[in-house]
Order: sequence, then C-alpha cells, then structure tokens
Amino acid sequence: MDVTGIAPLLALLAPVLGAAGVVLLRNHTPARELCGVVAGIVQVGVVATLIPAVRDGGTVSFTLSTFLPQASISLRADALGVVLAGTAAVLWVLTTFYAMGYFGTAPVPELTRFHACLCLTMSATVGVAFSANLITLYLFYEALTVITYPLVTHAGTPEAIRGGRRYLAYQLGAAIVFLLPAIVLTYVEAGTFDFVPGGIFSAGSSGVLLVTIYLLFLLGIAKSALMPVHSWLPAAMVAPVPVSALLHAVAVVNVGVFCVLRVVLDVFGSDLVGDLGLGVLTLVLTSVTILVSSLYALRLDSLKGILAYSTIGQLSYMMLGVALLSPGGRTGAVLHLVGHSFSKITLFFAVGSIYLATHRTLVSELRGIGRQLPWTMVAFAIGAISIIGLPPTVGFVAKYFLFLGAIENGQWAALAVLSVSTVLSAGYYLRILRSALVDAPATMPVAGSGDASGHMRVPTVREPGALVLAPMLVTTAFTLLLGVAPGWLLGLIGVVSR
Amino acid sequence: MNEIKAIDQIGFPILSTLVLLPGVIMILLGFIRTERALRRVALAGAVVVLGLSLVLTVQFQQGSSDFQFGEQVPWVESMGMSYHLAVDGVSVLFVPLTALLVVVVMLTSWASVRHQPKAYLMAVLGFECAAIGVFTSVDLILFFVFWELMLIPTYVLIRVWGGGARRDRAALRYVLSMLLGSAALLIGFVLLGVGSRSASGSGGELSFDLLVLMESPPALGTQTAVFFLLVFAFALKAPMFPFHAWLPATLVEGPVGMGVLLIGLKMGVFGFLRFVLPLVPDAFSTWSWLIAVLGVVGVLYGALIALVQTDLRRLLAFASISHVGLAMLGLSSLNASGLQGAVFLIVNLGLVSTGMLLAAGFIHERVGSTDIAALGGLAQRAPTLTTFALIAAFGALAVPGTSGFPGEFLILLGAFSANVWLGTIAVTTVILAAAYVLVYFERAFHGRIRSTTVDAMSDLRLREALTAGVVSVMIVALGFFPSVILDYTSGSVDDLVSRLDPSTTAATKD
Repeated sequence: MDVTGIAPLLALLAPVLGAAGVVLLRNHTPARELCGVVAGIVQVGVVATLIPAVRDGGTVSFTLSTFLPQASISLRADALGVVLAGTAAVLWVLTTFYAMGYFGTAPVPELTRFHACLCLTMSATVGVAFSANLITLYLFYEALTVITYPLVTHAGTPEAIRGGRRYLAYQLGAAIVFLLPAIVLTYVEAGTFDFVPGGIFSAGSSGVLLVTIYLLFLLGIAKSALMPVHSWLPAAMVAPVPVSALLHAVAVVNVGVFCVLRVVLDVFGSDLVGDLGLGVLTLVLTSVTILVSSLYALRLDSLKGILAYSTIGQLSYMMLGVALLSPGGRTGAVLHLVGHSFSKITLFFAVGSIYLATHRTLVSELRGIGRQLPWTMVAFAIGAISIIGLPPTVGFVAKYFLFLGAIENGQWAALAVLSVSTVLSAGYYLRILRSALVDAPATMPVAGSGDASGHMRVPTVREPGALVLAPMLVTTAFTLLLGVAPGWLLGLIGVVSR
Repeated sequence: MNEIKAIDQIGFPILSTLVLLPGVIMILLGFIRTERALRRVALAGAVVVLGLSLVLTVQFQQGSSDFQFGEQVPWVESMGMSYHLAVDGVSVLFVPLTALLVVVVMLTSWASVRHQPKAYLMAVLGFECAAIGVFTSVDLILFFVFWELMLIPTYVLIRVWGGGARRDRAALRYVLSMLLGSAALLIGFVLLGVGSRSASGSGGELSFDLLVLMESPPALGTQTAVFFLLVFAFALKAPMFPFHAWLPATLVEGPVGMGVLLIGLKMGVFGFLRFVLPLVPDAFSTWSWLIAVLGVVGVLYGALIALVQTDLRRLLAFASISHVGLAMLGLSSLNASGLQGAVFLIVNLGLVSTGMLLAAGFIHERVGSTDIAALGGLAQRAPTLTTFALIAAFGALAVPGTSGFPGEFLILLGAFSANVWLGTIAVTTVILAAAYVLVYFERAFHGRIRSTTVDAMSDLRLREALTAGVVSVMIVALGFFPSVILDYTSGSVDDLVSRLDPSTTAATKD
C-alpha cells in the first residue's frame, strides 16, 4: 500500500538535529558525542517503524518541495531503501561509540567537526535511500560527497589532503561529467525523473541512446567503485579507521551500489536491461573488477589496502548479483549489501584496534598477534570468514543466493568468476589469519631503551578499551546472527527481488 | 500582451516610488553633516527600498505573462516616447535583487570605506535609482536614459574608491567601452521604432513602447541589423566573450562594493531577455547558433582562464564571463527549460557573486590581498568566513542543494532537448567550474598558514557575519525551493518561447 507520511523526513532530519547538537555542545564532552548517539537511535527507531509499511511492497512518501516544473524533491521509502537506511543507521550508532574509543572525547574543534560531519553523512545517506526520483537522488548523492570530504582529510596532513583531493575530484568529476548527463538524457528520453519498479523507458526508445545512458550511469556512480572509477577508494584510505569504516560499510560505497540497483531495477527495469544485452555487459565489467581487485589485494602488505581492494571486489559482487537478472541474484545482491557492511566494518574495527594497541598497519607485522589481542583477532577472523563466504556467517548466505542466481539464469561464466574469486579472497584473508593466529610473535627492540641494539623481547600489548571492543563485538555478533537466522531480513529483501 | 495598471493593482505608483526613493535619499544625504547619521540614514533608506521591493514581489501575480504595476505618462509624443514603467515575470525579481545588493554594499562599506563616505553612499544610491529604472522601464528610450545614467555613479565609484593603482585607467576604459555599446544600442532602438512603424499591423505611428513593438516585429532584414546592434551592446555590458576585456581590470581596480553591483546584476543578459528575444524573435531564432557558439566559447574561455588565476577577484571576473556564457547557452536553446534556467542562473549569480565578493572584501581588508600567494590556512584562523565563502563557492560550482544547481540543471535540460551535442559540450564545461573554484579554495583556505598577517587575522565581526549569513541562507534556501523564483518567471518565459517558435514568426510571412 502506498501512503503519505513524514517518517522518511524524520529519518532525514534526526541527524541534522544531531549535528546541530554536536556543534552547540562542542565544549561539553561526552554530551557532544551522545547527541550523535541519540540522533542515531532515533533514526533507527524511525526506520524501524517503516518496516511494516514496506514489507508487503508498499511505500511511504513525502514531498519536500516542488523543485522544478519537471520534478519535485520527494522522499519515498520502499523495501530497498529501508534496507539501506536501516543498515546505515545501526552501524552509525556503533561507529559513533567506536570513534569515542578511537579518538577519545577531547573538546577539540577537529572532533566536533568529525561528529557533526558524521551526523550529516547519515542525513545524506538516508536521503539517497529514500529518494523518489533521480533529481532527489542526485541532490543527496552530491551532498554525501561534499560532507564526507572533511572526514577523509580529517588528519589534516599533506598526505590526507592529497587523498582527499583525489576523492573529491573523482566523485564530483564523475558525477558531473557522467551522472548528470545520464539523468538529463533519461528525462529527455523518458519524460520523467521518477523511479518506477520495472523501468520508465517506453518501448520505442533508441537502443543506442539507452546503452549510452546506462554506461553513463555506471561511470557516473563512482561510489560503487566499479573499475575504472575505483581509484578514489584506495586514495581515501588516508582517513582514520572510523572514517574508513563509515565509507566502506555505512555510507559511501553502499550508496554507490544502491544507486546502481535503483538504476537497474527502477529506471531501466530488469527486462529492458536483459533485452539490450546490458546484463551481460555488467557481468563482464563486474567480473573484471572482481578478479583484478582480488589479484591486486593478494600482493599488498598494508592491512587497510587489502581491505580497500577487497571492498572494490565485494561491491562488484553485489552489482553482479543484480545483473544476473534473476530473483536469486537480486536477493544475493541486497543481502550482500547488508552482510558486507556488518562484516567489513568488523574488519575495520579490528584493524583500528590493532593500530591502537600496537601502531602496526602491515600484514608482515602481525605475526602472533592473535595471542596478544584475542578478542580483536576473533572478530577479525569472523569478519574475514564472512567476506570469503563461509558458514555460519551472513557472507555465506549471500554467496549462496548469488550462486543460485547464476544457476537460475544459466550464467556459467559468472558462476566461475564467483568461485575463483572466493578462492582468491580466501587467499589474502587466510594469509593474514595464518600470520596472526599461527605464527610465533615477533620480537622487537625494547621500547624506550634508547638504542636499537638493545635486547629483544616480545612487546606487551593490551586490548584497547571497551568503547573500541564493544562495537566490534556487536558487529561480529550481527555477522553471525544474520548468518544463522537470516529469515526475517530475507522477508524484507524478498519484496525487492520479486 | 496585457498590462495591469498600478492604480488598479496596488493603488499607488509603486515602481516610480522605487525608482525615485533612492534618488530622494541621495539628495537628503547631501544635507547631513555627521558621518554616523549619514550612514544610518543611507542604510535605513536602502532597507526601506528593499522592503518596498518585497511588497512589489508579494503583490505580483505569479505565473501570469502580463506586464504589471504599469504607469504611463506621455513624454515627447511626437517622437513616440513616454514615461512607461512596468514589470513582468522576467524583470520583477531584479528589483528586490538590486535592493538587496545595495543593502549588502552599504553594510560592508561601514568598515571598509573611510574616505568620503558621504559621496560614496550618494553614488551607491544614485546607482540604485538608475538600476531599478533599467529593470522597470518598458519604453526603449526611457530605458536608454537610465542605462546611460548608470555610468556616472559607476565611473565615480571606480575612480574615487578603487583600491588599485591604475583605477584611473580602469574607470575610463569602462566608461568608453560602455559608451561604444550605448551608441549601438541607440541606433538599434531607433531602427526598431522606425522598422516597426512600417511593419504591417501597426497604426503607422512611431512608438518606442516595448508592448507596442512586441505586437508588430519588423521585417527580417531590419530584425537582423537590430539583432547585431543590440547583441553588441548587451554582450559588452554582460560582459560576454569576446567583449569582456574591461571586466577584470574594473573588478581588481575598483572597490568591492562596485564589483558586487557590476557582476551581481547581469544587466547584459537581462537586456537579451527584455529586448532581443521579444523584439527581434525571428532574427534570434535564425542566429541562435551564433549565440550558442559564443556561449560555449565563453564558458570554456572564462573557466580556463579562471583556472590559472591566483587572485580571487580576477578569478571571479573570469568566472562571471564563464557563467554569462552558460546563460547564453540557455537562451540559445529556445525552449522553456533553457530560458527558465538562464533567468534562474542570473538571479543566482547575483547572490553567489555577492557572497564571493564579500568574502574577497573581508579577506582583502584583513590580509591586504586576495592573491593565493599571500593566503593559505585561512580556515584555521577564520572558520566563519571560510564557511560562508564555501557556501558561495558551492553555489558558483552548482552543487545540488545550492541555488547554483537548478539554473544550471535547467540549462543542461534545455540544451540537451535542443541538441545532444550542445548538451554534451555544456556538460564538459561545467566540470571546469568545479576545477577553478576548488583549486583556489584549497590553496587559499586549506593548508598551512604561510604569512604572519594571516596568522594574526580575525574572524568575522557580528555585522559582517550577519551580512554574509543572509546571502548564504538565500543560496541554500533557493537550492531546495527554486520554485519560489520559477513561479514568478514561468508565465513570461512561456510567452517568450511562443514568440520564438519558428512556426509563428514573421520570417515565414514575408
């Protein structure tokens, strides 16, 4: 049932108020941080109230302004949007706690800026999730780019500014040069900006033009990190861990994949994508991205670098899933969107925990660290197992549906790519796990002894505080829980994949 | 084409009041002795004009293509001239925009103009009087009178309060350029009047009334001649590539307040909308490709030159040339989206240029320069200033959620609807705008503090923050609610588009 309601707007406004609170209480920590937490909990609650309305295929709409004669700024929550918004909102609350543990809660301007931008990031993300048309989507998509820029350059070092510049240039550049023309051409051809399940193009449209528009969309949505518009993602790794977690699991990349799903499902429609041969084209592009990124990750030593290239590959899994053009593929794609978020954020939280405890960032430095940081490494292991796609994690369930989707439509090549890349991702994650859990700890010069030739010993390392561990363990628990009991989530996703 | 009289609509001649009030206040200032009282009276006067202009916009009947608040008094009847004021959807918004910019200029002059404040404020009010006259005249000769009157305060402002060493030359160059354009404009207007008299359908009477002339467009040959004369005059004023040489010098040498008025009010583009499109529609349709080419070259040229500028004010000058090119592109698409976009864009540019120039003024006042060589790290010392500058910068590069986006989007929509290649070129130019704005911003505001003057600089004072805040709020508000403007312009724009439709033109009749 399609109804009108203000819940989508409330979900959008809660973080804005949170940001205002952060700025007002900038000198009162930890009340400043709690503004974000409260806003996040409100947002989770509001999104939860939308579930009953959308799980039968209904929508909740709200029109904010008649933007142009041709299109309004309109919000419309449907099942797909609620899945993205809900995932982001839950992880936002956890990330805020984690950031308190990671950065501390000193009343310094940098952290006020961080928490305010964090809130606004959530507004933009939910805005994308609940966009009812391409104009609204573009508005929040660009807002997300702008508001995450200060987060990427958080450290303020020349290196961070360089990475931030690349991030901004790729995101804004692709959006203006490719996405904006795609949206305009869509309107010129279809006469509407609105998302309609099954697509908006009429039967008589020129095939060449439609293929052009589709390619412009794929290139323009750089947030999905499809090769060749992926290189902003490793560059953005200069950001501190809580920001990377947010970019990779909560906001930016999820929004990218979400936009591609919207374009395939609600602008073109699966049938048209299939008729034009665009499904195969997308399969080829995503397969190349999956294989190249996995092979690249195998050679890296930097933990965050591996996670970055792993993300690039996993995002293409989701897009591959929807390009299979079968219900199984769509279910796998959306479930992987959720599952990857929880698994990848666990991995980032763990990497941050390792950094806090030891200041190490390379795989080669991790030998035997599992004995010193048991909680962290257990979380890391479960996150990694989920990304590889082994039971009993959510990653396994998602991969099962992706395999199913490939078989349903007889896409044997895609099936082969999925299998090979499973082996490859097992390769780079198991390398880390073996080093951390099996190898003996490395000895190091005693810290503070003053001379490098001092005697060697295994340095004492302690797990970081509860504010870092607790969010990590919660996301780990979700990774397992969604793996053993995915039923309720699949009910919601089923609406999308029908 | 109908006209609603002011007497019927609001009961008093509101447009004459708006034109004359700044002039009256200007004369009043001549009798005030103390500086404090002077500034207060001037500001109060400007605020009253702004309030009255808001009354005008509220009372305006939206969506109608009629001319409204009309006042007509015969002047030199034998020459077909009359004192005739009226506004329609195209022009009505420029009145409050002018009034707003004048208030902003006065507020900033509070701290920055110490030299002869009385004469400065009088010149600004004189400019306001002439500018509102330009936007509300619907008699061509009356328009021309106001158009020329504007030159006097502009010359004085650049000559006396300019900050640059070569302001003398800049002021002279400006006036000479404008006089050249005026000559063409006057010849064009006279040709129009004469050509229209001999066109079929007119009563054989000479008239320079816009509403009369619109009823009987002259033959295509006359139209073409008039088209080129008017295009020259308005392109020079806008300024549009390749007639832009006077702008960078004027902006760098002249005072910031003058810059706000000169590049904030895009009178050249307004001239196109007011006179070229409705009066010589067939010539415009025929030559729209030329306008498109000049527009595209202008966008590219302005943006590329802006990319290598190190001084914020020179950068803004070339950015303005680029933006005017984009507006021209919108006009040349000959459809409602393109025209709506062009009107929206120039209203937005009024706000955005003001925001950017205000920031430039604040920086110049504190650091003594707006060149990136002397800046760097401004964000650390002046976060409030940086925030306002950033909002204006986003408006300039058309980030969605600012007033820059709707206009640009409509222009792209219009360009793509008219011709896919035109749209493609337009898009590639938009990215350059992002480049020059971001490059300057990063170097000036981010990074390390490199100079001691920046290190010691203060953030905005309350009055400055309020001034910049009003502009910023408007930039964001119009970004989300552009229909506030589009509802005003739609009626008149639809009427213009129907005039440009080739199937109803005079060209097919003769």
